[in-house]
Amino acid sequence: MSTPNSPTLDKHSSALDAAENTASHLITVTLRVRRFNPEVSAEAEWVDYRLPIDPKERVLDALHKIKWEIDGTLTFRRSCAHGVCGSDAVRINGRNRLACKTLIKDINPEKPITVEPIKGLTVLKDLVVDMDPFFQAYRDVMPFLITKGNEPTRERLQSAEDRERFDDTTKCILCAACTSSCPVFWNDGQYFGPAAIVNAHRFIFDSRDEGGEQRLEILNDKDGVWRCRTTFNCTDACPRGIEVTKAIQEVKRALITRRF
Amino acid sequence: MPAGTLYRGREGMWSWVAHRVTGVLIFFFLFVHVLDTALVRVSPEDYDKVVATYKTPIVSLLEYGLVAAILFHALNGLRIIAVDYWTQGPRYQKQMLWTVVGLWILLMLGAIYPVLGHAARVLFGS
Repeated sequence: MSTPNSPTLDKHSSALDAAENTASHLITVTLRVRRFNPEVSAEAEWVDYRLPIDPKERVLDALHKIKWEIDGTLTFRRSCAHGVCGSDAVRINGRNRLACKTLIKDINPEKPITVEPIKGLTVLKDLVVDMDPFFQAYRDVMPFLITKGNEPTRERLQSAEDRERFDDTTKCILCAACTSSCPVFWNDGQYFGPAAIVNAHRFIFDSRDEGGEQRLEILNDKDGVWRCRTTFNCTDACPRGIEVTKAIQEVKRALITRRF
Repeated sequence: MPAGTLYRGREGMWSWVAHRVTGVLIFFFLFVHVLDTALVRVSPEDYDKVVATYKTPIVSLLEYGLVAAILFHALNGLRIIAVDYWTQGPRYQKQMLWTVVGLWILLMLGAIYPVLGHAARVLFGS
């Protein structure tokens, strides 16, 4: 620290200056939030909130600002706030996104930004929906390793190619953005939905797993993969970039060819 | 806006909506078509009368609409088969949709004279 010309120190102080000047970057946005409180009214309503915010901040930050500074009754889910836990899937400007991964500047802050709960699941309050049917479908596909015979004394080895086979579907964070973007699921909540199929795919195509036949039978049901109409809403909605429709198609083809 | 907003899906969702709508339209056509064709068994004279009304310009326009619905449903049906059976299908669904739309426009242009030619001659003289 005694060096006379420390570039790190200079940089730090200029960055600090910039940080102190952020007030000038603030813009005023309108957040149009779909609010519902069953204890007050049976009808949901749109409520507009105008607030100053840095466009580089996220929709979640705007929701926090509302809850902490404007109206403490606003209810929404969030846990990690960094796109990993999958708690804050909401419908922003008509599309399912994670509030914590959507920057204000990316969604045209000039017009009111609409924030609604995800579709197809019962709204409990404001942006909070009942996730039970979603997790039940997930449990129904048995998302755990199923094996036969004795436990090996060492770890179950797998080649890099075999691991690659289902790599895409391991990324799921169970946020329900895909399932609640699916028109088939909106009309019939009995449909397993994209997320459950993605998590079945993760085990069906795992070379170490031996429960593939069972899972395929479950998904061969009338509410299983055949309900998929390939609208690709799930693939577009997935915040992890999983090719959801492709995974569903692979399960369909595995059912026809019995090769997986 | 009582029930929230419309979901803003992309090409895949709208192609699905168009596939549904054209499917229902084709079903209604087939329904009428079976009825009018069955009429020939009941009364050949009435059948001739009904079919004569089909030569009017209004019905020609409806026929052009029928061509539009069937062409889209058929071409997009091939795309859906490719999405389900071709390994790379889901990855190229958008390109396939625009191919479908392009082919549809070409065929619709090609169908103008064969389908609407007669109506044009009736309306504007030959």
